[in-house]
Amino acid sequence: MEWINALVQGILLGGLYALFAAGLSLIFGVMRLVNIAHGDLIVLAAFLGLTVTTATGMHPLLALIVVVPLMAGLGYALQRGLLNQTLGDDILPPLLVTFGLSVILQNGLLEIYSADPQKLSAGGLETASLPVGGLSLGVLPLLTFAIAVLVIWGLQWTFYHTSLGRSFRAVSDNQDIAQLMGINRRHVFGLAMALALAVTAVAGILLGIRTSFDPSVGGGRLIFGFEAVIIGGLGNLWGTLAGGVILGVAQTIGAKIDPGWQILAGHIVFLLILAVRPNGLFPRIAA
Amino acid sequence: MPDTILELRGLDAHYGDFQALYGIDMQVTEGEVLAIIGSNGAGKTTMMRSISGLLSNRRDQIRYRGGAIGNLRADEVAHKGIALVPEGRQLFPSLSVEENLLIGGQVGRQGHWNLRRLYDLFPILEERRNVPSTSLSGGQQQMVAIGRALMSNPDLILFDEISLGLAPVIIKDIYTALPGIIGQGMSAVIVEQDISKALSVSSRVYCLQEGRVSLEGASDTVSREDISRAYFGID
Repeated sequence: MEWINALVQGILLGGLYALFAAGLSLIFGVMRLVNIAHGDLIVLAAFLGLTVTTATGMHPLLALIVVVPLMAGLGYALQRGLLNQTLGDDILPPLLVTFGLSVILQNGLLEIYSADPQKLSAGGLETASLPVGGLSLGVLPLLTFAIAVLVIWGLQWTFYHTSLGRSFRAVSDNQDIAQLMGINRRHVFGLAMALALAVTAVAGILLGIRTSFDPSVGGGRLIFGFEAVIIGGLGNLWGTLAGGVILGVAQTIGAKIDPGWQILAGHIVFLLILAVRPNGLFPRIAA
Repeated sequence: MPDTILELRGLDAHYGDFQALYGIDMQVTEGEVLAIIGSNGAGKTTMMRSISGLLSNRRDQIRYRGGAIGNLRADEVAHKGIALVPEGRQLFPSLSVEENLLIGGQVGRQGHWNLRRLYDLFPILEERRNVPSTSLSGGQQQMVAIGRALMSNPDLILFDEISLGLAPVIIKDIYTALPGIIGQGMSAVIVEQDISKALSVSSRVYCLQEGRVSLEGASDTVSREDISRAYFGID
């Protein structure tokens, strides 16, 4: 039963990793941009959640109605004002610029919030559990997984059933020809980043409720996000969810073998999959 | 006398240090079908890319309905009512046939063309509306490329190498359908290497040679000798 429990906890943890990764996957799928600052943007969302909940006293999940639009707006402005200028045939400029952004975000957060670990208080939600078939499942991990599935489904639906999604895929396929269809690619890239950071906002708030965070933890979230994206296959959103689940299960099973192995087990599984399937398990470049 | 819809005034175009077009002057009038002929590398596609906004030029070198558009982006040019059927079709591989057509309509211009009328024009596309565009034959892909451009209800449509890589029977079908397509109040510029096909549907013809206009005249009066001279640069 303990192994089954570890497996189920890993699957649920994968939901959070999928949320870390969904924004990365979306951005890479649409504009081939690798955002090194993604983890720090997740942490920024958590700190914004902290500010909102501290200032208003509202529940962290309710704070999403403030933090999601804020992060989406930031994403659009960031893309139009900075990142669009870095896109082109050379992949180095966006890598360097988002790396610089990561450093600025970390230091900015450090200056404003200090290095002290923080946490979003969600009352009884953090400790509530449900007995399911002999297992005791946390309500928060269950909720996180359900939100992850809903977010991935929503992104998938947007991609395949809306004119915005058509524009995302068209721009991803061929930017020049998409422009001939009257699509302003810079605006579409801005919308894609807005959507990605809206998802990042959800990930940041759930991270802040689940565990303590400080300005330096973004790098670790970025790596988990990357690993989930690459395990699942670049640009495939459902694959990203699968990648998150595989990573989560590897970590909880690793921790079950030896608590010190939790993070290492995830990295080992990632490397094994990368060695056997370099394009991931479900590759599909166009998200 | 019909108004001029498109005018090129001394159009130059460059790819880095390489100059592809040298001072091209050209006019297209309302409702006119103009043919551009020339050998490979003559500058025909560069001209199409310039007009459609894929290549940036000096603002006043391209005028559309009297306004300077030479420095507009391709999406801004599309909103003004110019559509390009690009060389090699260039459909969106991740979009279905119908999605490829619908995305052409996202410009939002009202007019004769809609999905229903396109399916009436090319019934095979309705049968295959939900399949990936890349699974179609070359001829069917060309129909989608034409349909995608028509969905924006342009006032001026540019066809770049419409028959390139297609079987003769398909080319014949497309040229049979062309007068019905263009006859909806549109003006058209047809870039074509098949000289007889180009002359058969156009009222005037320009020949390009090494980035310069080497011949201009009415399609029904230019002689084979004139064209040979202009096309190959042989006296």
